[in-house]
Amino acid sequence: MPSIPDSRANTEGGCEMIQKPLLRVRDLETRFFTEEGQVNAVEKLTLDIHDGEVFGIVGESGSGKSVTARSVLGLLESPGRVTGGELWYRDETFADTVRADHPDAVDGDYVDLESLPSNVRRTLRGTHFSMIFQDPMSSLNPSIPVGEQIAEAVEAQRRARANPRSVASRTQGYGLSQYLMSTVMGSRKYVKSESLERAVELLELVGIPDAPLRAKEYPHEYSGGMLQRAMIAQALAGEPKVLIADEPTTALDVTIQAQILDLLTELQEETGMTILLITHNLGVVARMCDRVGVMYAGEIVERGTLADVFDDPVHPYTQGLLGSIPDLEGIGARLQPIPGNVPSLLDHEMGGRCYFADRCPKAMEECLEHPPEFDVDGSSHHATRCYLAETTYSEARALDADYFGSAEPLEDAADEPVEPARSDGGNTEEDSR
Amino acid sequence: MSADDHTVTTTGRPTNEPLVRVTGLEKYFWENDSLIDRLLGDDPVPVRAVDGVSFDIHEGETLGLVGESGCGKSTTGETLLRLQEPTGGAVEFDGRNVYDLEGTGLKAFRREAQIVFQDPFSSLDPRMTVGRIVRQPLDIHDVGSKTDRRAKVQDLLERVGLAADHVDRYPHEFSGGQRQRIGIARALALEPEFIVLDEPTSALDVSVQAQVLNLLDDLQDEFDLTYLLISHDLSVIRHVCDRVAVMYLGEIVEIGPSEEIFESPRHPYTEALLESVPRASTDERDRDRKTISGDVPSPRNPPTGCRFRTRCPQIIPPDDLEIDQEVYRAIMTLRERIENRAITLEAVGDRGEYEDEDGEFDVTDPDAFVADLKADILEWPVSGRHDERVTEAVMALASEQWDDAAEQLAETYGSVCERENPGLPESAHPAACHLHDVPSVEDDRYGPS
Repeated sequence: MPSIPDSRANTEGGCEMIQKPLLRVRDLETRFFTEEGQVNAVEKLTLDIHDGEVFGIVGESGSGKSVTARSVLGLLESPGRVTGGELWYRDETFADTVRADHPDAVDGDYVDLESLPSNVRRTLRGTHFSMIFQDPMSSLNPSIPVGEQIAEAVEAQRRARANPRSVASRTQGYGLSQYLMSTVMGSRKYVKSESLERAVELLELVGIPDAPLRAKEYPHEYSGGMLQRAMIAQALAGEPKVLIADEPTTALDVTIQAQILDLLTELQEETGMTILLITHNLGVVARMCDRVGVMYAGEIVERGTLADVFDDPVHPYTQGLLGSIPDLEGIGARLQPIPGNVPSLLDHEMGGRCYFADRCPKAMEECLEHPPEFDVDGSSHHATRCYLAETTYSEARALDADYFGSAEPLEDAADEPVEPARSDGGNTEEDSR
Repeated sequence: MSADDHTVTTTGRPTNEPLVRVTGLEKYFWENDSLIDRLLGDDPVPVRAVDGVSFDIHEGETLGLVGESGCGKSTTGETLLRLQEPTGGAVEFDGRNVYDLEGTGLKAFRREAQIVFQDPFSSLDPRMTVGRIVRQPLDIHDVGSKTDRRAKVQDLLERVGLAADHVDRYPHEFSGGQRQRIGIARALALEPEFIVLDEPTSALDVSVQAQVLNLLDDLQDEFDLTYLLISHDLSVIRHVCDRVAVMYLGEIVEIGPSEEIFESPRHPYTEALLESVPRASTDERDRDRKTISGDVPSPRNPPTGCRFRTRCPQIIPPDDLEIDQEVYRAIMTLRERIENRAITLEAVGDRGEYEDEDGEFDVTDPDAFVADLKADILEWPVSGRHDERVTEAVMALASEQWDDAAEQLAETYGSVCERENPGLPESAHPAACHLHDVPSVEDDRYGPS
């Protein structure tokens, strides 16, 4: 572990910190225990996220990207549980605070969030980590004015900063009697007027016109784009270091999506916060992210800088994903879809092979053994879980087309002679290693 | 996929006539229209979902209908199939008005025109087997014998990329992409000529979307189908369509060949839409894009004149006014907010300067108030005589004379875009925009302004 004695005087963000990631996820495993069996939603996920970068996680529905985000925040609900792995978060002040009570969880200025009790972890939410959700319509309380909800977040964050050991939201235990009291005594109001003023400022910051008026309105009086802005304002209330954006623009129209992405970029540049962006939209990734991880069946199958992943993809899944998008710039040729469907992730159906092998046009005998992560050409960040990083595809070792059973015949796999052509084209990339 | 090479049609319709001709189609939904509202004397409020839409679809082509959510594209699709009764307008299918059809005529139309719905989860009956779902249209229209139907169903399932032995399974056993294939098989069962595809891939992941798009393409070639593809995804539209119609707030703002729409869009809204789509390439971050601000207005109370004018970056200033486009846009947005009274006067400036102890609006220094308000609201610096004009008008707000302020600004800054709805002219690639108003014959050589 890095040991930097007596460097405490040099507080936040010194130059020597650059090499040290802000968040180090090691072998994170998340399982859902359902009636149908154990679902391995996140499988041995390892990830470094650096200060001030925008890291994108991209994948299809059911690939485990949202579960990853929630696991990082500790927001999983039953039947989901993080069953293994470490989550090291670098923050010197926080490390000092918890060192006395939880010496095992602290290593230098890193803290392992997984070994902290949930009430301590809770103090991080809002102040260090914040999240914006996919569906703004269902993520805000419909019976409380938007401004008050944001003000509540402001107050909760203030309390969390004042007492980092534990924090409770005012909603807990707020009942009718408190409400009646508040009508008589101004000091017992649900939210204080200073917090409301800060909420209005936050609404103005995220570009809501006539914020003082809109703060008094209820969520149903907002449009989708405005609500997403309000949710961003709420997430910013505690000035978090890491913002996790889970499909922030999926529910929005393109013109509004463009506005929200611009807003996120602007806020990121202003505050220097780190963004973990979860999306299925490769265009959004291209617009926003410095580095990308492509997720499939609970694993990151390929990672690297934007250029690594978009221009020199190695994993056939990444190639397939990029080949599936219709091109806006010109009428492309026929699309090259990936045959088959995303696997169910049930533990007893997964087996020890490469999870993509059954849909992979280049599945070989090696692929029956689960691939480790290989480094690939390109930037130092480029890595993939595919044997093609080390070996070239050869017909001799290829698996039979119906090796995994052909329960789902698909016209594209059946009557299109694309596979030989594809493997020819791909060889140049695989040769380089 | 092009319509050009079709010279023979199966009916007596002349070959140059479109298969579907929509003229002035209107569909309003009514609010406050219950018995109680009538007893209370409330007037019903129309929601103009589709407001005078006209277009043609030629045999064998794919027309794309693109727009943001709530612009009325799905309602257009459903209304032209008579799944909803129209408020006004006509749809001619194969030369006959769809809304005049009854009995056997209507039944024949239903055989010729089918639809694939957006959501593959709610558009299949969960209690029916896949075989029954696909066979149902055949049963209703009494096609062939029982064994014929069964064979036909198996054939259809194989045709859309499922296995024939899937007939006895239930929809929940299939994934989203496979369900969408079932929906497509159902639509194909009666061998229709025309299919409305209502967002057929928006519920699917990209890799599965590509499978379905390829399938639709193959089926079109095989069965000579004519498609109306409704989608919000511009890249899908570009990939599939021959011609594209762009909708905004219940109206078509531009319609033309796909290539032209994407290469040289004429309506500012189409331009903004295209600019807004993030491209999946590494150049995307450096791409300088012009996005538009603001939200889509409510269809209950659409803007007068051109409906896009509240967001349009190219709104046209009066002829006699010399003004920068950005300055004009900023002033128009200010006007908009004054007209809607969407400014909280008490909150102008840094909190509390313009309210008294009771929180009421109270200005002691009107000049400072005007300066603060301009700083808060104007999105672009305004100077010179426009600044004078704006200052004068905003001064009226200091004494809460909203109408006065609005009138003063309207006098100087009234735009043709708010007075007249540009309408969609007749041409191969029309755009409903005053920028492209066809000048009168005499000054034709100057071109559109």
